[in-house]
Amino acid sequence: MVRRAGFLAAGMALTLTLSACAGSGDDSSGGGGGGDATSVKIGFMGDLTGENSAIVIPPRNGAKMAFDEYNATNPDVKIEMVEYDSQGKPEQAAVLVPQAAGTDKIVGLIGPAFSGESKAVGAQLNEAGIPSVSASATNPGLAENGWEFWHRVVANDNDQGPGIANFLVNELSPKKAFVVSDDQEYSVGLAETVTTAFKEAGVTTETDRFAVTASDYSSTVSKIRTSNADVIFFGGYYAQAGPLLKQLRDAGVDAPFVSGDGSLDAQLVSTAGAEAAEGAILGCPCNIPSEDVTGPLKEFYDNYQSAFDVPPAIYATEGYDAATAFIKAVEAGNTTSADINEFLKTVDFEGVSKPIKFQENGEPEANDIFIYQVKDGKISLLGASDEAKLES
Amino acid sequence: MRGDDVTNNGNTAAKSGNPFKLAGSQLDRVRDWWAKAPGWQRWIVYIGLIVGALILPAPWIGAFMSPYSDWTTVLFFPIGIYILMAIGLNIVVGLAGLLDLGYVAFFAIGSYSLAYFGTQYGWNFWATLSIGIGVTAISGVILGAPTLRLRGDYLAIVTLGFHEIVRITANNTDEIGGARGITNIPHPPDMFGTEFLFDPAPYYYLILATIVLVIIFSRRLEISRVGRSWAAIREDEDAAELMGVPTFRFKLLAFAIGAMIGGLAGAVWASQANFIAPTSFPFILSATILVAVVLGGSGNLPGVMLGAFLIAWLPERFRGLAEYRILFFGAALVLLMALRPEGLLPSRRRRAELAEGTGGMGSMGAEVAGPTSDPDVEVSSK
Amino acid sequence: MLDDLSNQFLPSTVGGLAAGAIFALLALGYTMVYGVLRLINFAHSEIFMIGTFASLFVLTTMGVTGPLTGFALIGMLLLMLVVSMAAAGGAAVLLEQVAYRPLRKKGASRLAALISAIGASLFLQEFFALVVIPAVFDKAGRNTTGVPRLVDRDVVFTIGNANVRTDHIIVIVAAIAMMVLLDQIVNRSRMGRGIRATAQDPEAAVLMGVNIDNVVRMTFLLGGAMAGVAGMLYVMEYEVTQYNEGFVLGIKAFTAAVLGGIGNIRGALLGGFALGLIENWGAIFLGSEWKDVIAFIVLVVVLMFRPTGILGESLQRARA
Repeated sequence: MVRRAGFLAAGMALTLTLSACAGSGDDSSGGGGGGDATSVKIGFMGDLTGENSAIVIPPRNGAKMAFDEYNATNPDVKIEMVEYDSQGKPEQAAVLVPQAAGTDKIVGLIGPAFSGESKAVGAQLNEAGIPSVSASATNPGLAENGWEFWHRVVANDNDQGPGIANFLVNELSPKKAFVVSDDQEYSVGLAETVTTAFKEAGVTTETDRFAVTASDYSSTVSKIRTSNADVIFFGGYYAQAGPLLKQLRDAGVDAPFVSGDGSLDAQLVSTAGAEAAEGAILGCPCNIPSEDVTGPLKEFYDNYQSAFDVPPAIYATEGYDAATAFIKAVEAGNTTSADINEFLKTVDFEGVSKPIKFQENGEPEANDIFIYQVKDGKISLLGASDEAKLES
Repeated sequence: MRGDDVTNNGNTAAKSGNPFKLAGSQLDRVRDWWAKAPGWQRWIVYIGLIVGALILPAPWIGAFMSPYSDWTTVLFFPIGIYILMAIGLNIVVGLAGLLDLGYVAFFAIGSYSLAYFGTQYGWNFWATLSIGIGVTAISGVILGAPTLRLRGDYLAIVTLGFHEIVRITANNTDEIGGARGITNIPHPPDMFGTEFLFDPAPYYYLILATIVLVIIFSRRLEISRVGRSWAAIREDEDAAELMGVPTFRFKLLAFAIGAMIGGLAGAVWASQANFIAPTSFPFILSATILVAVVLGGSGNLPGVMLGAFLIAWLPERFRGLAEYRILFFGAALVLLMALRPEGLLPSRRRRAELAEGTGGMGSMGAEVAGPTSDPDVEVSSK
Repeated sequence: MLDDLSNQFLPSTVGGLAAGAIFALLALGYTMVYGVLRLINFAHSEIFMIGTFASLFVLTTMGVTGPLTGFALIGMLLLMLVVSMAAAGGAAVLLEQVAYRPLRKKGASRLAALISAIGASLFLQEFFALVVIPAVFDKAGRNTTGVPRLVDRDVVFTIGNANVRTDHIIVIVAAIAMMVLLDQIVNRSRMGRGIRATAQDPEAAVLMGVNIDNVVRMTFLLGGAMAGVAGMLYVMEYEVTQYNEGFVLGIKAFTAAVLGGIGNIRGALLGGFALGLIENWGAIFLGSEWKDVIAFIVLVVVLMFRPTGILGESLQRARA
């Protein structure tokens, strides 16, 4: 919480400076109205205070940073970021979208952060004509709804699952795999794409699933132990991955443990214990800069660190890039939601996470999956899934 | 001492300095007037309420009522939906005196019926709505038939279990979307020249009309033979049985009717929400609706509606408190129950029962005699 | 399928017993409060949560970072046990004082008490998430907190293909010992007699000179202390906790209490172990995601044939 309080304090300080800069611009509600607005509002929607806020705070910070940097250049049209705390709940998001579109008159939205809430409000946003760019919703089905105003800057689980599975097949050549997940939407979906990819590669695959609320995984552990699998994939978040990994190692299962973006957090190591977590492999469509990066990523790393007192975490760069896409649109003189959406169709720039360019359906052109591994208690990047190598 | 406060009703309470009791006694006074009010006065109030409800979505009201989220949307969900569910649960808990901790299971079944038949078979809103209500009524009977012979608290855990069974089964069954839920649920067809899309206003009027119909239905039931049988069961089940009331059948009826209203609420909600998933139906929602009923005044329709309104509205109104909302909510519940355990607007009859310690659920064991003991024996615990 | 059964049956049984021991300890609190007050103490799961954090507090303050052995281990376990029991027992007494006593004095309905309990439960969860965990443990309040390892996972012996480890033995033995102790207190001591008398007939108990307030306080203290033991064993065995860790466990434990016969101490023991085993055995066939469904279906079936649970209800018949 001290950490979170740090965020809040930093955020508050930034808000103060921002409003000082913006001056009277705040009062004239820029809105989706005229072309001579002096400020526009971009929303950020996601779980800011709930269970999974650890995944949403970093992209929030990233976006905030991008807007602050932009406003500090004294542009003609400033951007105000309005936060909407959906707590990750679809029904909450559904109440907030009309407020954002109707009352606050945002011209664009970063988010919703998760897939469930994205499903719930995608059609609503589309009807209201508000362009959205999610930094972290990875459900493949989202792009198939024909929503013209929907975009994201991460690769989806149909890329992530096979990306991870193929990497494992190349590097470990397993004969038998065990795919386990908890019963949340994200977890089940990711586990299924991995299972399919394993099966296509001719790997015998067994599966199990447990309730996300469970804490005793003994029945799952004994299934995995008797399966004698060569590799274990877990679809789900770190809160479950940590304890599961620990219980697996305690039961004497020492096959490599692999998981996806939901588990890519330092807390995986802290809940599993450094010893059990050592060597765990994590895949993610996200690019998280670590201390030793170079180039623009290094600059991002330093700025983020100094603004928020913590190193950038998951989806921070994606949040920054999503915000940058909107900034580019506003810089080009677009201040209405419809114009911004048109602009996003053609946006093409080198983001900090990846090159940002959208396909017709809103998916990003670049769909790289990155592989990370726990080494000496720290998560470090091995590289893109098609070129990364496991050290043995 | 127990009893004093309640038998003397609000009068002594008003004299004590407790501002909360003062407010409570004012509410009591309003109700006294209402009880004596002639028909025309009542009709004026009814018409006033309906007109008030019709202009409720006005932006100037919303600016105060809901500065952080869209007021009309909030009026539909959570407020309207919670009120509808509270009216339904009131039939089970308030009228028949059955403790149901898993009421939202029926809400979920209603939602899923509408969503499944609407998306898989493309049936229209009215067909899927009817199916939803029918399926929930049947599931109410299926749950009730084996379990309604159990005593109150066993029923509580079984209904809680039923909720979990429904939720987990939905989550693990791919045929109905599994954890992914169901997307693109069809909206209701045009009615009276109004399109039902994402604009919340038509849904608000739809739920308003539904609530009015359900209130009339519920009120007719309450004052019918069925309602009197429920009262008898609630007050003393054994005596009711002896007097020739087929208690089991009436309990089952209460369960099925309550379930139907829950299913109706679920179906209407799903038609607006466009997307449902098992996570939309957590156990805490069941608890919340029960809280609404008891907080408002179990057994009294205006009471439970007030309770549901407050429970639904306050968290939206105080969104500014962000993280601390639930903390305050929890503390407020403890405080309210300590100060006014009979609820904000209890029914007269119900209050008298509670004063006897026999209000269907009985009172806490170690202080007051159970339903079977002689109410004249006062036991001092001091 | 048969292959799965033979391979997984014994390991699942060991895991089920360990899980069941914790259900059973937690079920005791529900059962005792229910026996005396006829109240579902909804906030009991939060008392358990407080117990887990008390143990974690001991581990952090004593600077435990790795497994201990010998006397250091025994001393640490005892210290955790005492602190957790005290914290949870104290919290339970306080809970009764604040959330239930005013209602009891007014003769409020049990429904009102249930709502008060739900309120207290929400309050305690949020209070830990927003205040206690950030302040005491310096962590984001809603995240799962990992617990350092205290007991090494040494295999003590094997039955078939099932490894029985030190931690399993500690959990199961400690749970049974605590329950025997509690059973003795309730059946032998003077206070226990008061508790049983009140459970049987509160009015008669008052007439016989039993001080009800003391009995109720004692009931909460004992139930809370058992939740503290459960919390401590839970932290040691599963090595995680969270502000809402008790929630699901509480529902399971209450189910276990009803299964065994609510109000009955031995019923809680039986119900807890039965539930742990049923869940884990069921998971072999249907998959672990169906565990909770299996548990509740078994509950309904048992109640249909034995409406008052396996051993029947009420504290005073615990002897039977």
